[in-house]
Amino acid sequence: MTWSEMQPLLSQACSETLSMVLWSTLIAVVVGLPLGILLVLTDRGGLLQNVVANKVIGQIVNVGRSMPFIILMVALMTFTRWVTGTTIGTTAAIVPLAIGGIPFFARLVETAVREVDHGLVEAVQSMGGNTWTIVRKVLVPEALPSLIASTTTTVIALIGYSAMAGTVGGGGLGDLAVRYGYQRFETQLMWITVAILAVVISLIQFAGDFAARSLHSRGARSGPAPALRLLKAKEPAAADVSKVA
Amino acid sequence: MITTSGLTKVYRSRGREVTALDGVDLHVREGEVYGVIGQSGAGKSSLIRCVNLLERPTSGTVTVAGQDLTALAGRGPRAGRELRRARSRIGMVFQHFNLLSSRTVQDNVELPLEILGKSGKERSRKALELLDLVGLADKAKAHPAQLSGGQKQRVGIARALAGDPKVLLSDEATSALDPETTRSILQLLRDLNRQLGLTVLLITHEMDVVKSICDSAALMERGRIMESGTVSELLATPGSELAAALFPVGGEASGADRTVLDVTFHGEAATQPVISQLARTYNVDISILGAAIDTVGGLQVGRMRIELPGRYEDNVVPVGFLREQGLQIDVVGQEALLVKEGAK
Repeated sequence: MTWSEMQPLLSQACSETLSMVLWSTLIAVVVGLPLGILLVLTDRGGLLQNVVANKVIGQIVNVGRSMPFIILMVALMTFTRWVTGTTIGTTAAIVPLAIGGIPFFARLVETAVREVDHGLVEAVQSMGGNTWTIVRKVLVPEALPSLIASTTTTVIALIGYSAMAGTVGGGGLGDLAVRYGYQRFETQLMWITVAILAVVISLIQFAGDFAARSLHSRGARSGPAPALRLLKAKEPAAADVSKVA
Repeated sequence: MITTSGLTKVYRSRGREVTALDGVDLHVREGEVYGVIGQSGAGKSSLIRCVNLLERPTSGTVTVAGQDLTALAGRGPRAGRELRRARSRIGMVFQHFNLLSSRTVQDNVELPLEILGKSGKERSRKALELLDLVGLADKAKAHPAQLSGGQKQRVGIARALAGDPKVLLSDEATSALDPETTRSILQLLRDLNRQLGLTVLLITHEMDVVKSICDSAALMERGRIMESGTVSELLATPGSELAAALFPVGGEASGADRTVLDVTFHGEAATQPVISQLARTYNVDISILGAAIDTVGGLQVGRMRIELPGRYEDNVVPVGFLREQGLQIDVVGQEALLVKEGAK
């Protein structure tokens, strides 16, 4: 296979991966953020303590997180058809990716928001702030460095999931590597795909770390934020993703 | 200004009940600095959190500036609009400052004003004015992480004053600071109390805090107020633990058949040569075990521990003489000593 043959394949795969990951991350963040905050607020001793709601949300998130993505994708087919009108293609792949990303991100948000010092919540309560004020002016801004790190982790996990989207004809870099590298023995193309994924993941990780750290340098604590450390522990997993792809 | 009556707080967790407050009656007058002192676990923290209802009291009432806050609380754990508005008129400063690290110093001070819905221009004018008042005008654009502990607490105080409160609650505001910074923060609180007529309720475990700025004080133990009153009342109360702790004099009896007396003098009595009169009139040998003169709550007070030969029964007349001179005499006996050790 010559470069001129590979190039259109690669650029199409790249744009497919980009679109899948971008949209699913967006949905995961938009839905996962309030969900994660609700998990903290409804917990015992929380501002909106509601044990039943907490248990229900927690259980949904747990099931969503522990479900293998490939099974989730198959299980959600009816839902995907209802939303997008089809079960194959890039757009159809965004639905299970987003659904898989939501609980993943929600748990990370929960951890990040829980790290916020309760004293700050108390301070704003003593000023007469309501729960919404506390969420808007304390929980989210104070957890922001960790939330950015959580988003990075989610993007990288979704790139990993998106490699499986080939199963439903979603395309993307992972699918390209499987179809050409594995099924047609185009080892060269496979290695290029792997290299692109490795570079993309490293860049995202670097950008996320940088953003989180520069925000965090304002903070009183020294050393990386807890979520950053969490992220560091996740890095080998990110490397695995590129191997799988 | 602040009145609590029959305030009780019981924490229930996993079937166990812990009584943090056990019928606390507290009365803080307008414009005074009132200190509640006690060891950790005595219930001070619960008390101050019950004053602005950050903690819901199990029973009893809290009245601040004539408004019954417990009546505003409503049901459920969430604070209703009325309670939130009342809270915005009560400033609070914290041991660990509780400043938002995501905001600059100025934005931290503006936060209560944002909650009150003030315009941006008004907020920044007020914030800069307050930062000037606490001596941090040049740090407006800094982040809390760049400040020292004392500076952070000054920001905390400026923030607490943003809503023009009549009452300031101080939750161990100086406990995380070194002695020198503690002094300057206490001085600031004292100045604000005088300049703005601010009523201050503070809780602390440091006797020095009470000594240097409080007009009145209360001693808390196991969720109850053991003693309370103005500092001069306390000093004039025979056997007051708080007075003894505020103003300790040391010295142990040199033998079994001795009488040890604590002599407290303030005002007129301090100018009389009572000890030499006592020695001459009754022909007794007096040993001085310990003595100190100090300023407590703005009052000059002297205290002396003296020893007379013979048991208390033999010294009834000299003790009577000293009392006649307008001195406050506490006989240091077995019991009193035990009480003092308990206080330490």
